Amino acid sequence: MMIIEDILKETFWSLSANKVRSGLTILGIVIGIASVITMVSIGQGAQNSIASSIQSIGSNLILVSPGAQRGSNVSAGRGSSQTLTVADADALKSEMTTVKAVAPDVSRRYQMTAKGTNTNTQVVGTVPDYLIVRNVAIDTGTFITDNQVKSSAKVVVLGPTVRDDLFGMDINPIGQTIRIKNVDFEVIGVTLAKGGSGFSNPDDSVYVPLTSAQHFLSGDIFVSSISIAASDATAVASVQEQVKNILLRRHNISDPTLADFNLMNQADIIATASSITGTFTILLASIAGISLLVGGIGIMNMMLTTVTERTREIGLRKAVGIKKEYILWQFLSEAVVLTFFGGMMGILLGWIASLLVSQFAGLTTVIAPSSVFLAFGVSGGVGILFGFYPAKRAANLVPMDALRYE
Amino acid sequence: MIECKNLTKIYVNGDVETKALNAVSFRIEKGEFVSIIGPSGSGKSTLMHILGALEVPTSGTYFLDGKEISKYDDDELSMLRQQKIGFVFQAFNLLPRTTVLRNVMLPLLYTDTTKEEREERARECLKYAGLEESKFQNLSNQLSGGQIQRVAIARALINNPAIILADEPTGNLDTKTSHIVMQAFQALHKQGHTIILITHEPEIAEYAERIISVRDGMIESDHKKETR
Repeated sequence: MMIIEDILKETFWSLSANKVRSGLTILGIVIGIASVITMVSIGQGAQNSIASSIQSIGSNLILVSPGAQRGSNVSAGRGSSQTLTVADADALKSEMTTVKAVAPDVSRRYQMTAKGTNTNTQVVGTVPDYLIVRNVAIDTGTFITDNQVKSSAKVVVLGPTVRDDLFGMDINPIGQTIRIKNVDFEVIGVTLAKGGSGFSNPDDSVYVPLTSAQHFLSGDIFVSSISIAASDATAVASVQEQVKNILLRRHNISDPTLADFNLMNQADIIATASSITGTFTILLASIAGISLLVGGIGIMNMMLTTVTERTREIGLRKAVGIKKEYILWQFLSEAVVLTFFGGMMGILLGWIASLLVSQFAGLTTVIAPSSVFLAFGVSGGVGILFGFYPAKRAANLVPMDALRYE
Repeated sequence: MIECKNLTKIYVNGDVETKALNAVSFRIEKGEFVSIIGPSGSGKSTLMHILGALEVPTSGTYFLDGKEISKYDDDELSMLRQQKIGFVFQAFNLLPRTTVLRNVMLPLLYTDTTKEEREERARECLKYAGLEESKFQNLSNQLSGGQIQRVAIARALINNPAIILADEPTGNLDTKTSHIVMQAFQALHKQGHTIILITHEPEIAEYAERIISVRDGMIESDHKKETR
C-alpha cells in the first residue's frame, strides 16, 4: 500500500517539479492525436456527405439519357441528340414489371419573372411519378397531377430556393403567377428542401407538367432524360438490362455499341464518388500520419533529451538504496500519466477542432473511433516506450556510473 | 566492523582487462574517521564502490557488520545501501527543482514509514547537519554549494547508517566552504558515526584520524594520525 502511494506521489512530484518538460511532452502527444482525429474526421465526413447526397437523388435510380448525335460521321457528343420520347417512357412503363415508377422529364434553364423579381433556373417538365423516382416531397400545396399533364395546364411547383428568390423567405406563393418565356404559370405548390448542391440542385428548380414544357417552352416532343426507379436494390441490374433491350428494339438498333442513349445507375455513381472520397481520406490520413510521426518524434525527443538529467537522478535513487524495480515503476507510471493525460487532451482538442471545422468551414465531419484508437495507441506507445526504455537502461547501470553520466 | 580480504576488481572492456584493485585487505572499526586518498586511476573510486555496496568485487571477501556482502545480488545490495550506508557525493547529488525536505526524505521512499515519521526524521537530520530551518522548503537549485552539501549530509544520516561514505564531498567547493563542510564531518565523527572519506586532496584527508593511501590498485600506506 505504502509502495503504491509512494510511486504515485513520486510520479506527481516529478512531473510537477519539471513543468516545462512535462508540458512539452504532453503538447507533442496532444498535437499528434488531435491532428489525426481532425484530419480523418474531415475525410470521413466528406465521404459520408457525398454518399448521402447521391442517395438523395433518388433510390434505386436508373437514368436514361440521350446518346451522341450521329450524322455524316460527325459526333456532336453525348447527350446532344434528341432520341428519347414520351412514347419510350410509356413503353418502358407498360412493358416492365419490376419498376416502381418511370418519369420522363424535359429540363432546360429559362429566365423567369414574378412581380418585379426575376431569376434564371432549371425548369423541369415532368409527370407525377417524378416525386417517387427523385425522392422529392411537397412542403405546401400539391405537385403536378396526371390531369394537368394531359391538359398541358399552365401550373408550376417551385423549389424552396426559387420561392425565396422570387417571392422572399416564408411567403406562401400559392395562387401567384410567374412568367416563363412569356407564358404565365400559376404556382400550385412548393417542394420540401432537400439540401445538397451540385449540377441539378432539386431545391433550385421549378416543375411544370411535361406536356406544358413541350408545348410552351421547348416546342418539340423529345425528353431530356427518363428516370426509372427499380422496385428494390437487387433489381437494379436486371431492370437496367431490360431497359437497354426495350430501347434498342424501339430505336431499331441491332448493335448495342451503337446505342443512341446512355444508361447510368446510382450504384455506379456512388462507387465512383466513394473511390474519389476514399482517395481524399487517404490523403488526409497520410497528412495526419505525418503529424502523428512528427508528434511521436517530438515525444521521443523530449523523453530522450532529459535522459542525462534523469540518468543522474536514477543513479542517485539507486545509490540511496531504492530498488531498481521501484525506480522502473515510477518511470513507467510517469510515462503512462503523461501519455494518458496528453491523449485525453488530444482527443478533446481533436473533437473540438472537428466541431469548429463543421461549424465554420461548413464541412461535415465524422469522428472515426478507429482514428481515435490509432492516434492514442501510437502516441501512447511512443511516449511509454521512450519514457521507459532509457530509464530501464539507466537503472541497469552501476549507480556510480549513472551518477557521473555526462 | 568492515573487514576486507584480498579485494580484487577486474573491469573487462572488450578484450582489455583492467585490474582496478589488486588483493586489497584492511579493517575499519566502528566510529573511525578514515580518509582514502590517491590520484585518479589509483583504484580509490573502485574501493569506494565496493565499500558502499554499489558494486561487488571480482574476488575477495567484504564483511560489513559480520555479513559477507561480496556475494549479494542487485536487490540485496539496494536493501543494504538503504539500511546501512549514507552517501555524500561530489556533485549532482540532489534531485533537481525539489524541496530540501523531499531530497532528505528520498532514502525513506518505499520503506514502511509514515509521511509524518519521514518528515520528522528529515527535520532532525537537517538541524543536525546545520541547515537553518528557513531553508527547509527551498528548492534544491536555490541553495549555495555549502548548503547543498549540508542537505546531502542530512540525507546520508536519515536512515541512521552504519557508515557514511563521502566521495570527494569538497570537490566543487571553495576552500572556506570546504573547511565548514569538513568540520561538519568531524562533528559527526565526534557523535560516534563511522565516516569514510574519498579524496585526492591531502589537506582534506588531514581532517580524518586515519589515512589510507592507494596507488595502482594497492594500499601504499595506512597511517593513524597520532602514530605518524
